[in-house]
Amino acid sequence: MTPQALMDGLIAGSMIGLGAIGITLTYAILRFANFAHGELLSWGAYLAMTASGLIGFALPQLSTPIGPFSFGWSLPLAAVIAMAMTALLALVVDWALFGRLRARGSAVIILVMASFGAALALRNFLEFLYTSQPGYYTRALQISKPIVEGVRATPDQLLVLVLAAVAVVVVHLMLTRSAAGRSMRAVAENPQLSSITGVDVRAVIRTVWILGAVLACLAGIMSGLLVQIRPQMGHDLLLPLFAAAILGGIGSVPGAMLAGLIVGLAEAMTVQVIGAEWRAAVSFVILVAVLLLRPQGLFGRVR
Amino acid sequence: MLDLVAYGAFFLTIALTYAVICLGLNVQWGQTGLFNVGIAGFVAVGAYTSAILTTPATADRFGGFDLPIIVGWIGGGLATAFVTFLLGALTLRLRSDYLAIATFGAAVVIQLCMLNLVPLTGGPFGIGFIPRPFGALAGNALAFGLANFAVIAVLVLVVYLVLERLVRSPWGRVLRAIREDETAARGLGKNPVRYRLEAFAIGGFVMGLGGAAQAHFIGFIAPDNYLPILTFQVWAMLIVGGSGNMRGAILGAVLVWGIWAVSGSVVSSVFPADQQARAAALQIVLIGVALCAVLLIRPRGILGEVRIVSRHLLRDARPKASAKERPDHA
Repeated sequence: MTPQALMDGLIAGSMIGLGAIGITLTYAILRFANFAHGELLSWGAYLAMTASGLIGFALPQLSTPIGPFSFGWSLPLAAVIAMAMTALLALVVDWALFGRLRARGSAVIILVMASFGAALALRNFLEFLYTSQPGYYTRALQISKPIVEGVRATPDQLLVLVLAAVAVVVVHLMLTRSAAGRSMRAVAENPQLSSITGVDVRAVIRTVWILGAVLACLAGIMSGLLVQIRPQMGHDLLLPLFAAAILGGIGSVPGAMLAGLIVGLAEAMTVQVIGAEWRAAVSFVILVAVLLLRPQGLFGRVR
Repeated sequence: MLDLVAYGAFFLTIALTYAVICLGLNVQWGQTGLFNVGIAGFVAVGAYTSAILTTPATADRFGGFDLPIIVGWIGGGLATAFVTFLLGALTLRLRSDYLAIATFGAAVVIQLCMLNLVPLTGGPFGIGFIPRPFGALAGNALAFGLANFAVIAVLVLVVYLVLERLVRSPWGRVLRAIREDETAARGLGKNPVRYRLEAFAIGGFVMGLGGAAQAHFIGFIAPDNYLPILTFQVWAMLIVGGSGNMRGAILGAVLVWGIWAVSGSVVSSVFPADQQARAAALQIVLIGVALCAVLLIRPRGILGEVRIVSRHLLRDARPKASAKERPDHA
């Protein structure tokens, strides 16, 4: 495995890790596998593209690239707007669909199925709005620069790595140090007991959706910046996201990030050794191996 | 007029192939509560296996064994049963939604295999010249259509009768007991993992059989026939028709396929050519929303499950069954 493949794997893995954090949190606290999570990534990416386009149209000076990066200030500004709107989207879907099913005491698997239907509707609605033509944040081309011997990366790629690391640390601190994080862990442990002891379970559920959606949006924008923006992008990432969430151990944020990096590296290695056409199968192989050998994941506990 | 009858026969033939797949899903989901998101992949396994077994020998592709169609159909069913058995053995002892994730992954991998294992599957171009039942009649569209329709109608009837018999048997009662209350069933000495695995593999067999039959009526298969939208269509069929009810599964298949075909032709006649992809996307959005709405509003579907355990208990069971609607567990 060359150093360059290592670098590519880390970059792809950090995006997978960010998305997997959202999946692992909804899984641990709302207790179902959310098949619509990938669509939050795509919606985040498209919302940021629209917002960035509008900002650039209103204030063209914001479109000029910042320093070594390929995008202007319009993209970071748009990212903030897109995160807020993606969070809103997640809350609306929860209010319209999952919340009602929860209130009715539906079985877990009904929620999974509803998320499957929601994913389909959300994905195809994006395709309806934006067509299946790929979109880009900028048309600027970036030359990758050598960092150390044998490893090249663009400034955008390095920024993605740094941002992902910062986001994981922030989320981890929030979960372990803040009151909101403590109540989230309490609900993950036992919803009934925590509501008796005065934890507002509905507020916790809202926090989970907001946090998951913001991270999904961030991952979507990163993927859109480095690759391209397509309605299928979230759906294509869904299997790696699930594999990372389960490998890391359901509910573990550092686990999800680490597992995301492992999945990314394994994909990069597969591309080198076997061939790019089998890349999408890597996550499945990892998933099967985890379920066979250690179903609770790296950092999970046996339930 | 005769053209119309021939078209009607073809339409119903395809709809009934979906009914077979839908009956397979009904064993997995309707009776046992196993959520399968990889239907497209499992149907593809049946279709490709049957195609490889029955097509004439080809130089650039493995197989072409030129076997009778019936051998291909059973082989397709068995191949899918084997794949579903492996996946079930892997995940059924774990959390209920791990099965969903694993089947989703399996469909992705099966799609990759169809595209990349060119010597086996023909790659993106798929496999053509799959023998059709009563191929000798192909010159006469009407007779050919009706003969095909008769074949699939008999297949649906046989599958329906066998499955109906199976779910009314003690075995079927255990399945529903596990679905409703796993702890109680375990208390009675039933091993839930074993029963679930059997149901998942039997459902897989029926799905593979449906996929194989479909391949032979269309005559040509390619990876594009087995995209996730197929999974979704079959789910819509079962949920609309009424999960847990075998007749509901058949009704749902014909109904949803009808709606799909009609709305598809409306889309292609109303919208200009450059907008058709977008309109088709909207068509899927509406059906996705409809699926969620049925889950929220009428989880039982049109027919719904018959809540009677045994006909001998009819007199005692009926007032209870009508008074006590289940609140959840579609």
